[in-house]
Amino acid sequence: MGGFLTQLLHVALMLAAAPLLVGVVRWLKSRLLGRRGAHPMQPWRDLLKLLRKRPVLADGASLISRAAPYLALGATLLAAALVPSFAFGMALAPMADLLLIGGLLALARVALALNGHDAGTPFGGLGAAREMTFAVFAEPALLVCVMVFAVLIGSTNLNAIGHGLADGQMGWRVSLLFALVALTAVALAENARVPVDNPATHLELTMVHEAMLLEASGRHLALWEMQAALKLLVWLGLLAALFLPFGTAAPGSGPFAWVLGLLLWVAKIGLLALALAVFESAIAKMRVLRVPEFLGAALMLALLAAALIFVSTGLA
Amino acid sequence: MLTLLGVSFVALLALSALGASGRAPRLMFLGSAAAISGLGLVGFLGLPATSLGFGPPWAPAQIAVDALGGWFLIILALVAVPSCLFAAASPPPPRAEGAAFPLFLAGMALTLIAADGFTLLLGFEVMSLASWSLIAARHAAGVGRRAARLYLAFAAFSGICLIGAVALLAGSGLGFAAMRGAPPEGWRAAGVLVLVLLGAGSKAGLVPFHVWLPLAHPAAATPVSALMSGAMVKIALYMMIRLLFDLGGASQPAWWGLPLIALGVVTALIGALRANLERDTKSILACSTLENMGLMTAALGLALVYRGADLLPLASVALAAALLHALNHAGFKTLLFLCMGAVYSLAGSRDPDRLGGLIHRMPWVAGCAMLGALSAAALPPLSGFASEWLLLQALIQGFRVSDMSVQLIAAVSLAVVGMAMGLAAAAMVRLVGLVFLGRPRMPRGAGAPDASGLMRAALLLPAGLTLLLGPLAAVALGGLDGPIRQVLGAQAAAPRFGLELALGDGGSRYMPGLVALLLLLVIGAVFWLVRRRSPLAPSHGPAWDCGFMPPPPHLPFGDPLSQVSAQGLAQPIRRSLGHLAIAPREALVSQPPGAAAPATLRVGGRDRGLTRFLYPLARACRALAREAELLRGLSLRFYLSLTFGTLILLLALVAVLERG
Repeated sequence: MGGFLTQLLHVALMLAAAPLLVGVVRWLKSRLLGRRGAHPMQPWRDLLKLLRKRPVLADGASLISRAAPYLALGATLLAAALVPSFAFGMALAPMADLLLIGGLLALARVALALNGHDAGTPFGGLGAAREMTFAVFAEPALLVCVMVFAVLIGSTNLNAIGHGLADGQMGWRVSLLFALVALTAVALAENARVPVDNPATHLELTMVHEAMLLEASGRHLALWEMQAALKLLVWLGLLAALFLPFGTAAPGSGPFAWVLGLLLWVAKIGLLALALAVFESAIAKMRVLRVPEFLGAALMLALLAAALIFVSTGLA
Repeated sequence: MLTLLGVSFVALLALSALGASGRAPRLMFLGSAAAISGLGLVGFLGLPATSLGFGPPWAPAQIAVDALGGWFLIILALVAVPSCLFAAASPPPPRAEGAAFPLFLAGMALTLIAADGFTLLLGFEVMSLASWSLIAARHAAGVGRRAARLYLAFAAFSGICLIGAVALLAGSGLGFAAMRGAPPEGWRAAGVLVLVLLGAGSKAGLVPFHVWLPLAHPAAATPVSALMSGAMVKIALYMMIRLLFDLGGASQPAWWGLPLIALGVVTALIGALRANLERDTKSILACSTLENMGLMTAALGLALVYRGADLLPLASVALAAALLHALNHAGFKTLLFLCMGAVYSLAGSRDPDRLGGLIHRMPWVAGCAMLGALSAAALPPLSGFASEWLLLQALIQGFRVSDMSVQLIAAVSLAVVGMAMGLAAAAMVRLVGLVFLGRPRMPRGAGAPDASGLMRAALLLPAGLTLLLGPLAAVALGGLDGPIRQVLGAQAAAPRFGLELALGDGGSRYMPGLVALLLLLVIGAVFWLVRRRSPLAPSHGPAWDCGFMPPPPHLPFGDPLSQVSAQGLAQPIRRSLGHLAIAPREALVSQPPGAAAPATLRVGGRDRGLTRFLYPLARACRALAREAELLRGLSLRFYLSLTFGTLILLLALVAVLERG
């Protein structure tokens, strides 16, 4: 019963917090750049405004343009439901396999790329090709990081991993640091952040994510914006669950532990958002053709983490 | 059962004669479908070992349909029935093709039901020759004929290697039971491994013997391409399992798996990479077959490693990954080939740069192709994800082998497999995006009709199979208990728990049915919530396209040059990874400022397998022939001394052999 309740609360929290997170990151970046910045609630207001508008479909668009946003948001929401926030042991916890989460995010990515192709505009196709190319490098890094955790905990289930790490039997390991760097790079690429892509730019030749959404409008655009926000929250939540699993309520605990877990989760996500804003303000976007090198370095770090963990578990 | 089997085979032979006569081609294909579904039924029910009354006197032919053979027989039937229906819906084939088509099916089935080495090789060779004649029948000359010749050379090579492997295994008799009783040891075992890898590997398209596959598979007629990519490569997989696991004995060392893993992951990477670079819809699919065969071979290698390391549950996970992926791949690859065949016959092209926007004209074909493509891209909850989830789990669990070199190999293989899966997804998005989405690139595509009648039924059969195999992956895994027990021993079982795919108690789990259900639920809820707040129906307008100017009226589908092309879509991958698979060639002709002529960029490339392996081999052959030719110009003295020297050498050899 507690599992169902936490699951419902978790999904509601994810839906409410995702646009807010985007607003907070934007606001932090503005402050860091010396501007006042829009209110953190602005993404929510934009979403509600977009929902009221009549969507306009491009002439060449097919059913894909109308169905893909729902598919992508549904897949991302299901992934978000699997990544624990304030409590472990939610109703869907047995499903929370890291490979499945990766697969659901890949489903959302493919829906996005198909949406880019749908209208037959040059920018859409270009963005789709780039997005799928980045995934070619991001996916192996993610998989090898999953393997690192599987070696430590013996399972690829996110709850088991978070629980095992929170117990503190593992201690700090250098390989976890490497895995953290690798996963952060993957997260930046998957969420189209600087240095891979700039979420604020609409300069045609440099963009990736926005290029696939150029023809979306009205509620379709709102769905895509929500999906992007939710994906950012999933990745930050994933980093928090894997590397900062402390304080999350254990399965079967009561509302007090939930509140404590919630406060800590907000603090963790806030910290990660601040780190993201500082990082994005401090660094320049790289050339598109350099991105494979950036993600290749992440893959190498992940492999190094795996090798280190084999050595250390072999000696232990 | 034996009667059904016999009737099916006799029917296939009779249909071959009918096909050769060129009369009633539709009847011939429908009859083949019936006969092969009879064989599939035999595969489902099984057949104990039976000795037939004919064959060579020292080894009478034996047949049996055990769990392993039955699994592949079912796969064969599932590929063959829709292919036959599609062929029946196509224009009548040339007579040679009509004769070879049933023989091709019969050859594949004979390989699977064989219970002795001779029948096994007979079936394999019939399959190879029939498939060659199916390609050659369509191409009297030109590129297709050259592809057929290349294929014939590789088929002959693979046959020779497999004959050698069977000869090494058949120390005490040609029957499978006799071979199992005396598993090979020492150098004979190593020889079997090498010969099977060369023989079955070149049929399966493993690197570096992959160059023929992307040329030969697309050169045949569509149903034959589907059969070659969906079923024939699986026969090669079956040969590997039968010869290495079953007949090779259970006590082979763990390192046996390492060459399979290495070849498998490299093939997967090269295949997926090339699928992103091709400019022909059927070649893209053939390259994707390379990728999938690589994944299955790597899974087999893992199973060998785990079996050698006494990790039986993990061995069954890896073997289940290979066998389940064989079934899933058969489903979605047949579907995709038939869809692309329908596009070819209805919209008139296999070049993606002449297609586009077909979803508006061919919704049935587009829907089926998208289902197949998403499944091939290994996306949950579709069928491809279930088997690749098992493979990834098997790779991740590689750390349980105590040998650190194996652990590192598993980690690197995991990275390469991940990359191959990402590339496969990119290739499938590219294929679907170019062919079905966007705007038409040629008027022919803008007026194409949808598939109807028998052709639509041929598409819907594998589509339904693919759709079912996704959420019901655990049910399909249940059918794998038999083959896994047969190969790995009675304690092994398929890695499943009810309707879940599970790695033992407390291990990782994947619940495909639940994921599908939840996904539908979530999408439904999102749709309901959004549409309640946003009820306005969408309107249509010209594409925004960042303010790009609207096309002139004589271009009703917009400027075709402003839509991304096949090469354009391949560009990021070609520039970052392309050199791994192909030796790229780029020719840029730039114009001086002010010139009216267009600047051109031509990109192309040859497969590394050709430039690094086949061409040097051919050159070496020619050089050797030239050297040998020099012999003809020698004087009589040299001839006599050569003859004398050979005689001495032979006598010395005899003396050495006599002593030893």
